[in-house]
Amino acid sequence: MLAIEVKNLTKEFNGLKAVDNISFSVEEGEVFGLLGPNGAGKTTTIKMLATLLNPTKGEAKVWGFDVLKQRNEVRNSIGIVFQEPALDNRLTARENLDFHARLYGLDKKTREIRQKEVLTLVNLEDKADVLVENYSGGMQRRLEIARGLMHYPKVLFLDEPTLGLDPQTRRNIWDYIRELNRREKTTMILTTHYMEEADYLCQRIAIIDFGKIVALDAPQNLKNILGGDIISVEATPLDRAIVTFKKLPWVKKASIHEDFIDLSVEQGEKKIPLLVKIDQREERIEIRTINLRKPTLEDVFLHFTGKTIRETETSQAEKNKMRMKRRVRMR
Amino acid sequence: MKPNNFQTIYVMWLREMKRFLRAKSRVIGTLAMPFFFLLTMGFGLRTGFNLPGMPKSANYLDFLVPGIIGMTMLFTSIFTGISVLWDKEFGFLKEIMVAPVRRTDIVLGRIAGGVTTALIQGILILIISLFMGFTIVNPFGIILAFLFMFLIGVGFIGFGIAIASVMEDIQGFSLITQLIIFPTFLLSGALFPVTNFPGWLKPIAYINPLTYGVDGLRASLIGFSQFPLFLSLSILLIFGFLMIILGSYLFSKTEV
Repeated sequence: MLAIEVKNLTKEFNGLKAVDNISFSVEEGEVFGLLGPNGAGKTTTIKMLATLLNPTKGEAKVWGFDVLKQRNEVRNSIGIVFQEPALDNRLTARENLDFHARLYGLDKKTREIRQKEVLTLVNLEDKADVLVENYSGGMQRRLEIARGLMHYPKVLFLDEPTLGLDPQTRRNIWDYIRELNRREKTTMILTTHYMEEADYLCQRIAIIDFGKIVALDAPQNLKNILGGDIISVEATPLDRAIVTFKKLPWVKKASIHEDFIDLSVEQGEKKIPLLVKIDQREERIEIRTINLRKPTLEDVFLHFTGKTIRETETSQAEKNKMRMKRRVRMR
Repeated sequence: MKPNNFQTIYVMWLREMKRFLRAKSRVIGTLAMPFFFLLTMGFGLRTGFNLPGMPKSANYLDFLVPGIIGMTMLFTSIFTGISVLWDKEFGFLKEIMVAPVRRTDIVLGRIAGGVTTALIQGILILIISLFMGFTIVNPFGIILAFLFMFLIGVGFIGFGIAIASVMEDIQGFSLITQLIIFPTFLLSGALFPVTNFPGWLKPIAYINPLTYGVDGLRASLIGFSQFPLFLSLSILLIFGFLMIILGSYLFSKTEV
């Protein structure tokens, strides 16, 4: 059975297309990733699937229910962990979970059993009666994941589940996510702009940029598209160097990126000596550094969108910082 | 109503109670203004102060207390709307909006919570005024007074939620409510009899729901009123009902 079915989904804000005619489907029990820079339309997509925003065009079904016509059925089938915290800080963890469970109509006995289960799953059983305002960022995120699972959702949405967390906490959250996918067989849709995260957690990934899906496959298949290894060469002058590299029979693809030329090659370790020889032979170009690596999703992203995810990100990071400042001042 | 509807109302109420009990500063903050009004005007104008339109037997404190209780209900009620905006600001509104429950029940739950906290504060003001020398004419009138306080609360909380649902942030909400709260309070007859207003101002006082709330409270507590009790009660019932509908409608349109 398909957990999610999206057809030609579009969302416009004041004429701007935040999500542009996307279609995809997610199998039951799958961990599916939406990967893209901030502002690509990931959160908007999730919000439409979670009935929080109405699509401008197209249709979407979650667990067989239409997100426009069967909103309550959809709401009953899903759990969601939002990108920004959505807990009541003045309540304890237990009270937050209890609030949630009552809204979803769980009876007293189920509430108590389930509360223990989810708190144990995220290792918060000792802190259950502490006010959430005293929680660290990582603990809050874990509590939100626990809460999202409280009512046995069929589909769990995780919007940037590790945004702003330190590497160790991030790793822990990943383990929780894997564990609960294994143990509870929950279908999960997660959005992220961390390549490693998508790579580590997702069985399939849709790369989304400017509201469009530009690629969709298993992480390994996406990487295989690039074929073999990647050698980044820092060389001057760039324009002359790339002409030289493109003539080499063993270079499948060469592209300039910032001060580097990325070469797609097979068996990269054997090609490094060849590059060194070129440096010695060609007097008109100078190679400064050579770097060999296995392709990552970052390279896949670059391949499909023509830029790295960090470039798209920088301006957004500034905006977020301003926003955080405003929020602190509000308190 | 399905059991789940009650559960929604109950859980929204329960949350409000827990937050209320944990925020002592909020109680003191909202009580400060009515308390100072009561203190300064009540003591300052007590002896021998009688305005045209007031019963000859009553002193000004007796006249003032129902007005200040009405004021307390108005202030605390409208600011319940702020909790909607706090929830928006802190993200908790998303948690509520994504739940499979009727939007009307969420609003009813908020009203239940808001009315309870407003009633507690109104009763505190009543108790304080008893220590200042306020006398309740008819003890059974207290029950009627609670009913009026309840209706004032429901109406203005519904109104507050309606405004909060269309506002983006707390500053905007505060500005709008300041523009509404003070005229509503000053033109309700809480401080002076409405009959003393000039002719052009009277219609505004007469379309102000709080006028009937304050008048009903006066009828209940000191046995003096300008309008028939039944009229005040009906108008407040209609006002409350309309505000619940308006609040629910606008709240259900909120996108987060």
